Amino acid sequence: MENNSRRGFMGIAFGAVAGIGAVGSLYAMKKSWDPLPSVKAAGFTTLDMTTYNENELVVEKWRGKPIFVLKLTSEMLETIKDKQNDMERLIKIGDSHFMVTLGLCTHLGCIPGYNPADKTFLCACHGGMYDVTGDVTKAPPPRGLDIPPFKIKGNLLVLGEVSDQYKAMKENGITL
Amino acid sequence: MAHFEKATSIHDWLNQRLAVDAVNRVMMTEYWIPKNINFLWAMGMVLVITFAMLLVSGIFLLMYYQPNIDTAFYSVNYTIMREVDFGWLWRHVHGVAASVVFLIIYIHMFTGIYYGSYKKGREMIWISGMLLFVAFSAEAFSGYMLPWGQMSYWAGMVITNLFAGGSLHADGLVEWIRGDYVPAQAFLTRFFMLHVLLIPLAIMGLIGLHFAALRIPHVNNQDGEEIDFDVEAKKYLDGDKAGAKVMRFANDFMSKDMMVVGFYLVFFFYLVFYHYGFAMDPVNFDPADGLKTPAHIYPEWYFLWSYEILRPFPFDVGLIAFAFAQVIFMLLPFLDKSPNSVPANRRGPFAIWFWVMLVNLVVLTAMGKLPPEGIFNVIGFISAVLFIVQWLALPFITKLEKKV
Repeated sequence: MENNSRRGFMGIAFGAVAGIGAVGSLYAMKKSWDPLPSVKAAGFTTLDMTTYNENELVVEKWRGKPIFVLKLTSEMLETIKDKQNDMERLIKIGDSHFMVTLGLCTHLGCIPGYNPADKTFLCACHGGMYDVTGDVTKAPPPRGLDIPPFKIKGNLLVLGEVSDQYKAMKENGITL
Repeated sequence: MAHFEKATSIHDWLNQRLAVDAVNRVMMTEYWIPKNINFLWAMGMVLVITFAMLLVSGIFLLMYYQPNIDTAFYSVNYTIMREVDFGWLWRHVHGVAASVVFLIIYIHMFTGIYYGSYKKGREMIWISGMLLFVAFSAEAFSGYMLPWGQMSYWAGMVITNLFAGGSLHADGLVEWIRGDYVPAQAFLTRFFMLHVLLIPLAIMGLIGLHFAALRIPHVNNQDGEEIDFDVEAKKYLDGDKAGAKVMRFANDFMSKDMMVVGFYLVFFFYLVFYHYGFAMDPVNFDPADGLKTPAHIYPEWYFLWSYEILRPFPFDVGLIAFAFAQVIFMLLPFLDKSPNSVPANRRGPFAIWFWVMLVNLVVLTAMGKLPPEGIFNVIGFISAVLFIVQWLALPFITKLEKKV
């Protein structure tokens, strides 16, 4: 009886030590898999928005991901100017309207291709389609192309910095 | 201190210390296998041999492979393929075995389903086998990342994105798995670790469990007959070898087993030497490029059926269907409510269920390879729905089954 309670105590004591150790180890293991600080810090890309031509898709790079920059023509704007949702997806710099999005399909992350004649994006992986504002027009993508955090500085656009305009886009559900 | 006597031979010396005779008896000469079986019962040994070939070829590849995003591609395609003597042999053995192992696993699985070898005490054999299938899938996927070609990169991108859980948008989880915003150095090194250490350890442990699970219920036979192994073993040991329904694992069963393995190895090395190309995707001979998606991204053939269950639905539904397809085979022993454990062809409606399931998986596999357009979309959608309906119907079909 005395022995039993002593063994029971030893069991509980060991369990407590092992439990604390297990939780601590799991925490360390989780943190070791996190992206490194150097990966997180290398996160800003500055674009000179005066260099783009209308209806010509340029793919930039931000945090290793492709960024679509498309300067809209006035005819394109004409077709969407009544659609408030589409207009809100665009970034206005000077007198020009730009689509600036992540170039990754919101379905599973393939890079859609742009067809300047049809003015549509098509993802070859699973057939998803987007319009010139990056809004989705054919499933399976669950939403339009995501817009990266941005800040307008004159003619420059800094990706990775959060502006009020970007925050508003997030709040309105324009982007994720 | 246990008592030891002066050994009369090396065998005796070992026997006193390791009980080698007893081990040999328990594991080999008096481990009983039914006689009423066919060549499909050799698939387990074929898998063991294939796994051994993967291990040996992998060890040689490991000596020259460099898990670095700048050098990985060339260490495989230049160093191993052109510089290392017989480097091509290890790579082709590894690539072909990785593909063929799934063919054998599928044959092994469907043999089990056909003969009802997941029932009546054999549930743990089935479950440990399905866990092995999961582990082999993870091993195949992680290995596919290592050459760091275009398909490696984009398969890595697409598959890790699945962990965002569709509308749950768990992007943090995806970045955690990758160790970066996109597949990059951290991603390659951790999948390298998984491929060469953690998952192989898990596989070896699971193989041990799979074998242990066989020990008590024993191997099934062609008629699903319940054999009293103690009685039959006694008959055999008493000299009635012809009358006993069982034989020794070694050397009786093993000799036939290795015969099948021999045929298999001829086929295997025919593939390695003359048709290795089927296991090598041409797209993966371009180095990884994060800014250029290949025109069509598709997995290796053995994942196509589950990929096709993901594809034709809206994203969230597709993801649920995909998750369903991944786990549902595991639950087979509990979804099959029939009291019969006999071959499918004597089980009425279940025979139809079995063959429709088999053919449908082939159709899904074919559709998964074709581009998602037009009629292929429709066929893929119907097949995916049929797959799910079949599993949902299984408990009812088997419940109605009459005792044979």
